[in-house]
Amino acid sequence: MARAVKTSTRVSYTIAAWVVALLIFFPILYTIITSLKTEGEAIAGFNLIPSFSLESYREVQNQQNYIKPFTNSVVLAVGSTVLGLLIGIPAAWAMAFSPTKRTKDVLMWMLSTKMMPAAAVLVPIYLIFLRLGIMDSRIGMTVLLMLINLPIIVWMLYTYFREIPGEILEAARMDGANLWGEIWHVLTPMAVPGIASTLLLNIILAWNESFWTIRLTTTNAAPLTAFIASFSSPQGLFWAKLSAASVMAIAPILIMGWFSQKQLVRGLTFGAVK
Amino acid sequence: MRLTPILMGAASALAFTVSANAAAITIATVNNGDMIRMQGLTSEFNAAHPDIEVNWVTLEENILRERVTTDIATGGGQYDILTIGNYEVPIWGKQGWLLPLEFSADYDVDDMLPAIRGGLTVDDKLYGAPFYGESAFLMYRTDLLEKAGLTMPDDPTWEFVGDAARKMTDRSAGINGICLRGKAGWGENMALVASMANSFGASWFDETWTPQFDQPEWKETLQFYADLMKDAGPQGASSNGFNENLTLFQQGKCGMWIDATSAGSFVSDPKQSTVADKVAFAIYPHKDGVDNHGNWLWSWNLAIPTSSKNADAAKTFIEWATDKAYTEMVAGKEGWVNVPPGTRTSLYENQNYLDAAPFAAKAKEAMDAADITKPSVKPVPYTGGQFVAIPEFQSIGTTVGQLVAAVIAGQSSVDDALAQAQSTTEREMRRAGYGR
Repeated sequence: MARAVKTSTRVSYTIAAWVVALLIFFPILYTIITSLKTEGEAIAGFNLIPSFSLESYREVQNQQNYIKPFTNSVVLAVGSTVLGLLIGIPAAWAMAFSPTKRTKDVLMWMLSTKMMPAAAVLVPIYLIFLRLGIMDSRIGMTVLLMLINLPIIVWMLYTYFREIPGEILEAARMDGANLWGEIWHVLTPMAVPGIASTLLLNIILAWNESFWTIRLTTTNAAPLTAFIASFSSPQGLFWAKLSAASVMAIAPILIMGWFSQKQLVRGLTFGAVK
Repeated sequence: MRLTPILMGAASALAFTVSANAAAITIATVNNGDMIRMQGLTSEFNAAHPDIEVNWVTLEENILRERVTTDIATGGGQYDILTIGNYEVPIWGKQGWLLPLEFSADYDVDDMLPAIRGGLTVDDKLYGAPFYGESAFLMYRTDLLEKAGLTMPDDPTWEFVGDAARKMTDRSAGINGICLRGKAGWGENMALVASMANSFGASWFDETWTPQFDQPEWKETLQFYADLMKDAGPQGASSNGFNENLTLFQQGKCGMWIDATSAGSFVSDPKQSTVADKVAFAIYPHKDGVDNHGNWLWSWNLAIPTSSKNADAAKTFIEWATDKAYTEMVAGKEGWVNVPPGTRTSLYENQNYLDAAPFAAKAKEAMDAADITKPSVKPVPYTGGQFVAIPEFQSIGTTVGQLVAAVIAGQSSVDDALAQAQSTTEREMRRAGYGR
């Protein structure tokens, strides 16, 4: 009897998990379905069976060069994340293992920058980019995306580092490890799951960032977000083409997420059951 | 033997000189069929002008406006050519944001349609070259009108349109008598409602810039529009824009549709439209006794911002893209029906074009009837047609558009919407310093 209850509970949890997962995945699924429709079918209303037309992909390919924005997306996402980790790891180390009275305030202040509406600082940032001559440059966008995501990087790493007993680092110091050795040879290997999930999550965030990437780039540094935006049309039908462009833009990050999901989940649940 | 390195050196030097002299221009544009076609023909431009490198930035219409405005206001110089509407050109030209355009005699500026040219001219200087232009007209199904026992008059009135729409409506067969824009926005439902108001004798402001929503003409316009959509419009009309109505019409679900003349080619193309052989066109309706056909006039234009670093190369491109020779090139490659319409008189005298485009004659008639210097039959202090050519209109138009959409959605009454439109617009205009 007890076994039967357990099985039914498990089945209902499984069904509930599938329903939630499908709900979350549905917009992406419907985008993929729409990309395989003709423009007429796409706007005709809700329909889950496409005519499997590849016309939209062909048109997107003919209209815009995919390689350049794709390369820019990779450079900006990976570059900003690596740069963010280089700054974030020492910062999180300091806050986790040598906290001061103001550490919590500093963390809160860093997080508060994420609460500011981006549009409010558009003109100042625009002018800074202009004056520094980094408008539409990969360097400018990499630094900007790094700064945008730095609070999240520091917060995530801080949380992971706090789970590591300080005694281990003390032992390393007693064994003669210097600061660099302590961070690089002791702390980092122990926090690999946390660092990996921070890295993956920030690559995803940087890949998907559209407000700044659309507004501060034109041709040289425009990533896939700008590529998608260019298919919206004020007159004429564009849903299928827009969906095809979106699928082409999200496919790489979706595949990366799929392959690294174990690492991502492990990192995100690190210390959660303590 | 010694000649080879010398020749190679000379070739490298020459290549360096050519690349050093090459000017790169960046063009900001929107994703419209005609613009994409122009983008595809860049190689033709490069064949004639190998020293000019062309870079395209295609943006969504609202983002394009926002980016271009920021760029001009801060002197960013990111773009050498802007694709902007005839709403922006006179405002920006007056503010000194755009360079005046002067073309060679071969370009034949006098061939431009007078209504379009007038909208791009400030103090006798042309600030934008029209790439394509449009007005609005009535598209209707000949079979459904015949079934309703009616004949479309040469100069239809709103009273006739209302009667015909109700008679053509057969909701059990999925046919709506009329499809009209309902989605909120200054360039969405307000393009229709503002031009409709003009043709009912209403105006946005009187000569002292006082809003006129409390006048009977506005009430009559909005009541007519709301009743018509209720009796003969499609379901969920308050979220329909150009694209949604286009689809409904192409699928045979609308008896009539009043919208931009650029829709003419979409509804009469058998590859896209199931009713291509049953479509006819008529001029924009007006209220009986009011001599005004809405004055809807829009053009997408190419203009050079003062911040451009390659103004000469930009002008060369604009001259190429808006010249008569460009039209002929597109006709040769893609057929006359695909040439950008609505900018030059000569196009409407070209029999090849008139044969290929059954909507052309009525589109020209609509453009000729639109007078943006006199939008309303009442004396007004502004120019425009489906918009008011003042910088504040984008915000005011969108707010009023939301109020109108709420009426169509059944969330508000005509009287409430107009009262709110009046008070909001009064406040906005006072803040902006009008009428002081």
